[in-house]
Amino acid sequence: MEYDNEMAVSFKAIGENEAFARTVVSAFILGLDPCVREMNDIKTAVSEAVTNSIIHGYDNKEGIVRMWCGICQATVYIEVTDEGKGIEDIALAMEPLYTGRPDMERSGLGFTIMQSFMDDVKVESAVGKGTRVFMVKEIGKPEQE
Amino acid sequence: MDISFERHKNCLVVSVLGDIDHHFADLAKTAIDNEAVKTGVKNIVFDLSHVDFMDSAGIGMIIGRYKYTLNKGGLTAVAGLSENLKKIMMLSGLYRIIKIYDSVEDAAKAV
Ligand SMILES: Nc1ncnc2c1ncn2[C@@H]1O[C@H](COP(=O)(O)OP(=O)(O)OP(=O)(O)O)[C@@H](O)[C@H]1O
Ligand SMILES: [Mg+2]
Repeated sequence: MEYDNEMAVSFKAIGENEAFARTVVSAFILGLDPCVREMNDIKTAVSEAVTNSIIHGYDNKEGIVRMWCGICQATVYIEVTDEGKGIEDIALAMEPLYTGRPDMERSGLGFTIMQSFMDDVKVESAVGKGTRVFMVKEIGKPEQE
Repeated sequence: MDISFERHKNCLVVSVLGDIDHHFADLAKTAIDNEAVKTGVKNIVFDLSHVDFMDSAGIGMIIGRYKYTLNKGGLTAVAGLSENLKKIMMLSGLYRIIKIYDSVEDAAKAV
């Protein structure tokens, strides 16, 4: 697929970089003139995916998170990748309220938020190898309830 | 971390300034719990009028404090939600257990 624009960043898997990832994506998609809601939807989805890589993929330990973003016409494509522990059962992990870490006060809503705030979310993962979350959202569409 | 506390009778008002993500929530939880224990309050009100970003970590943070106040026979409420925050409160179903008020004054009066 040919994108009009693309960018990629790699950063250390530390909590401070959750805000960094949101800021980078916001700046990159600004040219598409997203409304406040669309901007917030994308920032939230990115925050969920990046946080998952940091706290689940790498268990808050050493690691690098990679974020790629592409734009084609009015559609934003985002990929967040880690080389962490991977997800054994993706369907289960994506169920609303499922969390692998009930001890950490997680609500188990990260994937649910990504799915409801973005048009499409795909997850690929291999145990011991890592996880890749791919998300798509078209800018300028009316919000469907 | 931009968080401040104020006490209204039996209620701890927690005012947050900035984004609520996992990085913030992890630090804030400890600070809030320490303050709640220190003051001995049984109700917690979050003033979120200066927050325009919150993800699932914020939901976890609020539910955690809800459980704490429930144990004390009290309540947790939130006030000053932007459209962005309302959306995530609705999606998470949090509005069913946490009361939402327009202002901190309304919330503190009600709890
Ligand atoms: N990048 C990842 N690497 C390994 N496991 C993951 C990854 N992302 C998600 N998971 C697993 O999927 C589960 C569900 O993720 P989800 O984001 O929906 O909920 P959560 O992170 O547990 O809670 P919340 O996002 O509400 O704080 C996680 O608890 C974890 O077990
Ligand atoms: Mg999550």
